[in-house]
Amino acid sequence: MSPFSYRNQSEAVAERFRKLKQRPVVLEVKDLTKRFGTESNPVLALDNVSFEVHRREFVCVVGASGCGKSTLVRLLAGLEQPTSGSLLLDGKTVDGPGADRGMVFQGYTLFPWLTVKDNVMFGPRMKGMSRAAAREEADQWLSLVSLDAFADSYPHQLSGGMKQRVAIARALANSPRILLMDEPFGALDAQTRAQMQRHLLHIWKNADVTIVFITHDLDEAIYLADRILVLKPRPGRVAELLEVPVPRPRSTEQFQSPEFLATRRRLEEWIHPGSETGTSHVDELPRLRLTQVGDEVE
Amino acid sequence: MTTPARTPSKGSVSKGPRWLSLRQELAPRRRALLFALAFALPLLLWSAVSYLPFLWHPLMEVTYAGDETVAGDYDYLASGMLVEKDLFAARNRELAAAGKPAALGIPRNPIYLPAPHEVARAFYTAFKTPPARQGDLWLHESLLHSCRIIFWGFILSAAIGLPLGILCGSLMLFSRLFEPFVDFVRYMPAPVFGALAVAIWGLDDAPKIAVVFIGTFFPMVLVVANTTRQVDGALLEAAQTLGCNRRQLLGHVIIPAATPGLYRDMRILLGCAWTYLVVAELIGAKSGISAFLYQAQRYKQFDNVYAAMLMIGLIGLFTDQILALLGRFLFPSENGGRSLKNLFRPRAGESNPGVLGGIAP
Ligand SMILES: Nc1ncnc2c1ncn2[C@@H]1O[C@H](COP(=O)(O)OP(=O)(O)O)[C@@H](O)[C@H]1O
Ligand SMILES: [Mg+2]
Repeated sequence: MSPFSYRNQSEAVAERFRKLKQRPVVLEVKDLTKRFGTESNPVLALDNVSFEVHRREFVCVVGASGCGKSTLVRLLAGLEQPTSGSLLLDGKTVDGPGADRGMVFQGYTLFPWLTVKDNVMFGPRMKGMSRAAAREEADQWLSLVSLDAFADSYPHQLSGGMKQRVAIARALANSPRILLMDEPFGALDAQTRAQMQRHLLHIWKNADVTIVFITHDLDEAIYLADRILVLKPRPGRVAELLEVPVPRPRSTEQFQSPEFLATRRRLEEWIHPGSETGTSHVDELPRLRLTQVGDEVE
Repeated sequence: MTTPARTPSKGSVSKGPRWLSLRQELAPRRRALLFALAFALPLLLWSAVSYLPFLWHPLMEVTYAGDETVAGDYDYLASGMLVEKDLFAARNRELAAAGKPAALGIPRNPIYLPAPHEVARAFYTAFKTPPARQGDLWLHESLLHSCRIIFWGFILSAAIGLPLGILCGSLMLFSRLFEPFVDFVRYMPAPVFGALAVAIWGLDDAPKIAVVFIGTFFPMVLVVANTTRQVDGALLEAAQTLGCNRRQLLGHVIIPAATPGLYRDMRILLGCAWTYLVVAELIGAKSGISAFLYQAQRYKQFDNVYAAMLMIGLIGLFTDQILALLGRFLFPSENGGRSLKNLFRPRAGESNPGVLGGIAP
């Protein structure tokens, strides 16, 4: 009903995308195909996926569950080998995991035997950085994620959100070219997730890092991303690489702006084909059981 | 002190977990109390059976046998004998029929169940009694000797078994190459190597150490490999994305991640080592606590048998408790333990739940 299309970009947003596309390509994915399973019973997880990510771009990947989002990000990380196609980081073929691609997982993967600071120092230390230099590096990243006070705590003493912030700091302390995040806030409660999203944007603004962020939460994708890569399931294919028309800096007030709603409608058409109205937003609200209670005090 | 929002009714005040909470650790004082009870209850039962004649005491120790001239089926009854109560009663019937005074006796337990005070006395005198032959060892020296055999057998086995097990748990090459044979040898009971060990190493301590080694080494490799394999694969992947190479992965991720589990394994295997010790010490020249035990068994000195068993149990319990305590400090990340470094500092995050998830401006 709203005539506003997600393709309508304000002049500022259009200008931003023009500039963004002039930046060098950090990540180039060409005809990426990944097949799991046996010869007789193959599962095609990704089928000819191609896209490019520019330097300091924030790309979100959305898609229904099982459409290959995790597979894609694991291929980018080098944790899986592609069946065919190529993956280039700064023009060089990705061959196995490496420090140039940091990753934050959905589950908590902090090393439980190390303190928060030692966790953040882990990457630099493995690269051969001296303990003093690594400690200085860790201090910087810990203050960026506002966890200085917990430097000497152990992971089991932190809340879920704090653990993920340490995981982000740990990945960034390696100064990776690209930060891969696979539903990192999926296990967090809504309020913490909102804080983490704000915080991630703050980190991204202050660090020279390109981010590929997997999520199944459409609002999260629109709130965070420059562009959104939409995957179609079975087999996983690129449906669209969508430019988010919502201007930066982002804020929660924009959730009701026409750009935001138009983008959301577009994503929903891809992900929940058939349901025209944005009902899934309503689905996520808590359902209250109504009972007959008065408001008098006994 | 803050007043609780709701005043709970008397009796329902729950200070920490209750006695019957499912899968929840109890308050420290309750833990200590239960630990004491765990030993006090069996001791109490033992004392009851020993000191309350009406509970069991199936035998009579004859103090006065009555008139021996009264002939009968049971006229062999003599003073000092330990006989069943039925037999004692039958003899008394014979005596009564002859019009003689009844035999007298004290109710007793079988000799294989000495009373606590007898065992305590045996425990004490065992240490106070000089060795029968000159040059023999005192009991405490024998015990020390036993500990030495365990120590060397176990250390040797850990020195080889731990690295080998970790390699088997980390690299398929090692797992496939070693584990089948180790699994095969594991089924041969360590004592069967006794004769072989004596033939190779003579009668001294070496064959005994070898038997303890063989007994612990083979299960150790398998247990260590298994614990190592259980390290969360997500940690390995995370480390790889942080630029860990294969050697660093082993040294900086697999080993530290497996260490708390391996420490627990070692504690359990150390207990198994005592099983092999008791066999090992009886091969070649009998030695150590097992020689003492063997001697006591041969002469049916059951108070000494119990005393020796008690010593082994106490040494085991003591070392295990020490190791458990040490483990809590060595692995602060395990279940709320603390490192020595942080022992006297308040725990971050614990006292101030308001800060959880909060973001400083
Ligand atoms: N290791 C694997 N072996 C076999 N099939 C797999 C494996 N990993 C993923 N798949 C399959 O690939 C498809 C995509 O999975 P995934 O990438 O985890 O999806 P998403 O993260 O989008 O939910 C699924 O059908 C899944 O069953
Ligand atoms: Mg996934």
